[in-house]
Formats: sequence, C-alpha cells, structure tokens
Amino acid sequence: MNSRTSQLEADQTIDLRLDNPDDGSGSATQDSAAREPSQPAARRRKMTLTTRVSAVLTFALFAVAILAPIVAPYEPDIGDRSQRLLPLFSGSHVLGTDGQGRDILSRIIWGARPSLLAGVVPVLVAALVGTALGLVAGRGSRRVHSVIMRVLDVFYAFPAVLLAIAIAAALGSGISNAIVALSFILIPPVARVAEAEVSRVRSTDFMEAAAVSGAGWWSISIRHVLPNVAPAIVVYCTALVGLSIVYAAGLGFLGLGIAPPTAEWGLMVNDLRQYTFSQPGIAVVPAVVITIASLLFNLLGDGLRDWLDIRSEAQ
Amino acid sequence: MSDTQTTVEPVRMGRKATQPLLIVNDLVKTFGNGVKAVDGVSFTISPGETVGLVGESGCGKSTTAKLLLRTLDPDSGEVKFGGQDLLGMRGRALRRLRSRFQIVPQNPQTSLNPRLPVRSSIEFNLRAHGVPKPERVERIAEVLEQVGLPGAYGDRFPHELSGGQLQRAAIARAISTRPELVICDEAVSALDKSIQAQILNLLAEFQKELGMAYLFISHDLSVVEHISDQVLVMYLGRIVEDGTGSQLWNRPGHPYTEALLSAAPGAERERIVLVGDPPSPANPPSGCTFHTRCPIAIEACSTKRPLLKPTAGGSHAACIRTTDLQQP
Repeated sequence: MNSRTSQLEADQTIDLRLDNPDDGSGSATQDSAAREPSQPAARRRKMTLTTRVSAVLTFALFAVAILAPIVAPYEPDIGDRSQRLLPLFSGSHVLGTDGQGRDILSRIIWGARPSLLAGVVPVLVAALVGTALGLVAGRGSRRVHSVIMRVLDVFYAFPAVLLAIAIAAALGSGISNAIVALSFILIPPVARVAEAEVSRVRSTDFMEAAAVSGAGWWSISIRHVLPNVAPAIVVYCTALVGLSIVYAAGLGFLGLGIAPPTAEWGLMVNDLRQYTFSQPGIAVVPAVVITIASLLFNLLGDGLRDWLDIRSEAQ
Repeated sequence: MSDTQTTVEPVRMGRKATQPLLIVNDLVKTFGNGVKAVDGVSFTISPGETVGLVGESGCGKSTTAKLLLRTLDPDSGEVKFGGQDLLGMRGRALRRLRSRFQIVPQNPQTSLNPRLPVRSSIEFNLRAHGVPKPERVERIAEVLEQVGLPGAYGDRFPHELSGGQLQRAAIARAISTRPELVICDEAVSALDKSIQAQILNLLAEFQKELGMAYLFISHDLSVVEHISDQVLVMYLGRIVEDGTGSQLWNRPGHPYTEALLSAAPGAERERIVLVGDPPSPANPPSGCTFHTRCPIAIEACSTKRPLLKPTAGGSHAACIRTTDLQQP
C-alpha cells in the first residue's frame, strides 16, 4: 500500500522533462503489457531536430557562462596594448581584440554571465508574479478581473523598451536595477497569457466538478488549474528569455546596465561600435552573439510548444 | 470526518422520507444580455428519487443545474437543500453543503483533469471531504470496482481511456464521497447507445445500493423517461409539464411533450414536426411561450401565461388546451 501511495504522489508532478519518453524502454512497455488500453496512449510527439539542437546549444551556453574562468582563454578585463584591434581569426585571438587589446572571445564568454542573468532572472520573476496575477484575475470575481487586467493594460500603453529604459534610468544604472526594470515590463504579457489559460481551464467540466467537491480555492488552483496552465506559460516564458536578453543588451548599450570594465554583451556592442569602419569584423561580434542567443531561446520555445503539444484540451 | 457520516445518515434512512431533499421554488435567472434562461422553475427532489429534466438545447436545463450548484447566482427564487437555504450561503458553509452533492458532467473528454491520473482526480474529491489517507486509497479501489474499471486504470491518464471508461471514472468520482444528490448533466449524451444503456444501468444500481437522488438532465426524453420517477419537461426556461414517465408516455398533457415523444426513435405515434427554431429567450413570445410553434394553439394562448395544473393523465401541465389534447 505504501509504495502505491508514494507512486501516486510522484505521478502528480507535471512532467516537463526534456528526455524523450519514447526512448525509455523500461516501465512503459511493462505497463501496457499489463492491460490493453482501449485507445492509443502516449500522444507525445517526437522532438524535432531543431528543438534538440537548440536545447543542447542553450545548455552549452549556460555551461560556458558558468565555466567562464576555465573556458575563457584570456583575462576579460586586462588588455595588452601591443595587441590592439586585431581582426578575426588572428592567431590565438580567434575573435580578435578590442581597443584596449582585450581578447573579445574571453569578453563574450564572461559577458554571457550578466547577459544571461538579465535574460533569465526577469523572466523567472515575471513568470511567478504574472502567473499569480493571471490566476487571481482568471478565477476572481468580475471586479477583481477587471481591476487587474485594466491596470495591466495601462502598462501596455507604453512601448516595453521605453518603459524599461525609464524605470532603469529612474533607479540608476547597475545590473540589479536593469533586472528590476526588465522584470517589471515582462509581468504584463505573462499575466495576460496566464489569464487566458486560466479562463480556458475555468470553464471546463472538471473544474465544475472540483468546485462542487467542496474543495477550497487554493487546493483547486494548485491541483487542477496550475498543472493545466503551466505548460503554456513555460513555453511562452522560454521564448521570452530571448526577448529579455535583447532588452538587457539594450539597457547595457545605453549604459543603464553593468558598469564599464566588466564585460557585458550590450556594453560591448557600444564599445566596439566606434570601429565599425576600421575593423568591421570585430564590431559585429557581440551583436551576432546576442542575436544567436535570442534566437536559440525562441527556437527552443517553439519546439517545446510543438513537443508538449499545447492544444486545446477539448480537442 | 464525523460530519460526513452524519450527513450521509438521513439518506439511508429516508427511502420513503416525507421531507424532500431539494426544494426549488420559483427560480429566475436572466443574463446580462436579456436572455431569460430560467423563468420561474419550481420542483422538489425526494431522497433516493430520480428526477429527469428534459428539453431541447438552450431551454435552460444546464443553467438550472448551474444555479443549483451555485456556479451561477439566480436573480430570485429559493433553493433549499436538506432544509437549509442554499442561496443564502457563503464561503465555508456553502462549500460544506455543496459537497453533499456531486455532478457527472456532460463531456467525458473534459470531465476529468487531463493532467491527473484518474485515481488522483477521485482522491481530490475525497480529500476535500476530509477522508483520511488510508481510507481514501481503500475507497478509490472500492469505487473503481463498483463502476467496473479494473484497478490498474486508476493510474491511467484520461487520454488513455475511452469515452465510456471516462464516464465510469467520472461516476466513480461522483459516488466516492457518498453524495445525497448527483446531478447528471447530459451524462450519457456523448456516448454510444449501447454504452448509454450500460451507464444508465450502473447509475440505477448505485441508487438502489446507496440511496442517492439523481437530477438527470438530458435532451433525450426516451433516456430520461426510462430511469426517472418524475420527469420535468422544460421549454424556454419554464417547466411545461411535470409527471411520471408513464404518465407522460401514455397521456401527455402538453403538446410540446407530445412532440418530444413523437421524435423518439421507435415511437409508435404520429410524428409531430415542430416548425422552426425555438424563439429567442431574450425576447420570448407572450402568454404561453410555446404558442408560436404549437400545432394546437388558439388565440388565447398568446395572451395569458398558463400555470401547471393537474391533468386527466395524472401529470401537471401548463397548457390551456390539455383537455382537448388528452381526449382519446
């Protein structure tokens, strides 16, 4: 009996693993052998190659950022005056050097730390706050719903980037202020997605059955609503990381992010901009890196959506 | 825990109880867009009784159910459940009272949470009732067996089950907490005829065994008439006839009931085809709302709203021409 109940607990967690369940040959075959299901089980599709590649590359990106001290060939902040402005693929400086003779590859690698941080943390904050707002709006009374959604609409009235710049400028420069500003502007879109999903789930039959069961607001939200809205929010937020990286770089470019000697992608774009005509190869490097990183998260988000088969549950 | 026990008691005792379980009196619900979905509906359900509610789609059947479940609030009227005023209740008291009934929803594909194994869906209801963990496991095994699902199906997810199996699971969930009233909202409409019969038999068996009452909502009179002690026929938010299945079948007191009966497959009566769609409930016809489609309507039908009156056939009908209709 005990093992069965613990199994029950384990099954209740949402399954968002990245490994493909089709590859696992163990328990699944055992189970289906026990009793013939009347309808084909396991509707989960195979992950596309693009999704796999972008998942691996995203993972690699994080690994490189974490292992920066080991991976980076040079010190990021200390330059060699005699090695200024070397072009791409020049000897040991694969991506060249900047105006102070610092190795650009090393700066890109070290710069991944603040850039990814400013990409991921605001999205995590926005996911938490946005989901909570969406849940309260989607399940609350009509008045609560309109108060929350109308306030969010106010933020929609401003272009997100401008709002981020305004907030970051008001708070003063620094990476933590940039993260606060970005978190703030990402909350409304997440909350909207969450609200739409909660509203969709709210009108289903099983929600009515749950309400009639006499369970409380919280337990219904946690057991019935969140597991059904989580996949869509996770997918949306994955793609949002890409956007957040671009926004963070934008703030860095304007000097509203991290302070100069430290490497950060947006800051590097600004720094190398002056060599656009003299040394065009190195000038575009950080911009290309930002583009690739942002694209990776977008592709990953798209792939996850197809793979998790975010569908209208009613079919 | 202890109060679940005490609330279950009166049902077991009261197979022939005189006090009704549910009293609905003059319930009215008008939506914001002016649609009069429910317009003065009254009925009672005794413990252990099956009441069928029939009508075409859009007549207010499901709205009535929602009003009883308090997922919608009525404009006026009175609902008493077990002697307590359901409409005046809020918060915890409402939740406690509401937990004495359960629903079996219409669409088997959406009646269970797609992200939970069947077992957990049932367990959620049991936990809401304060049933302790070891007993929950026992109870789940018991109800799954009662509805004829092998225990292993409890660990399956809804998309791994067929429609009939899903509906059995939904019934298992509904009966697991030993409710006094189960509201079946089109519970078998989405199923094949053969499976419909199985599910209906299952429901009838549980009623005998556990003594609960059913409010059985359907658009199919032939389904309802079979299993119901009392049938309510609804048209445009109003109850137009109220009687036992055999009363309605033998001597319908309302032309609408007769039309419904004639539409049932295998009915050995002249087919009455109603002309047109039902009128908009936002702007219902004057007098008897059925007069626009009624084959026997007369001038007076459009002026005065008929009330339910006893008929020669034994039922109650809201029609001024009942006596003409029931002439042999």
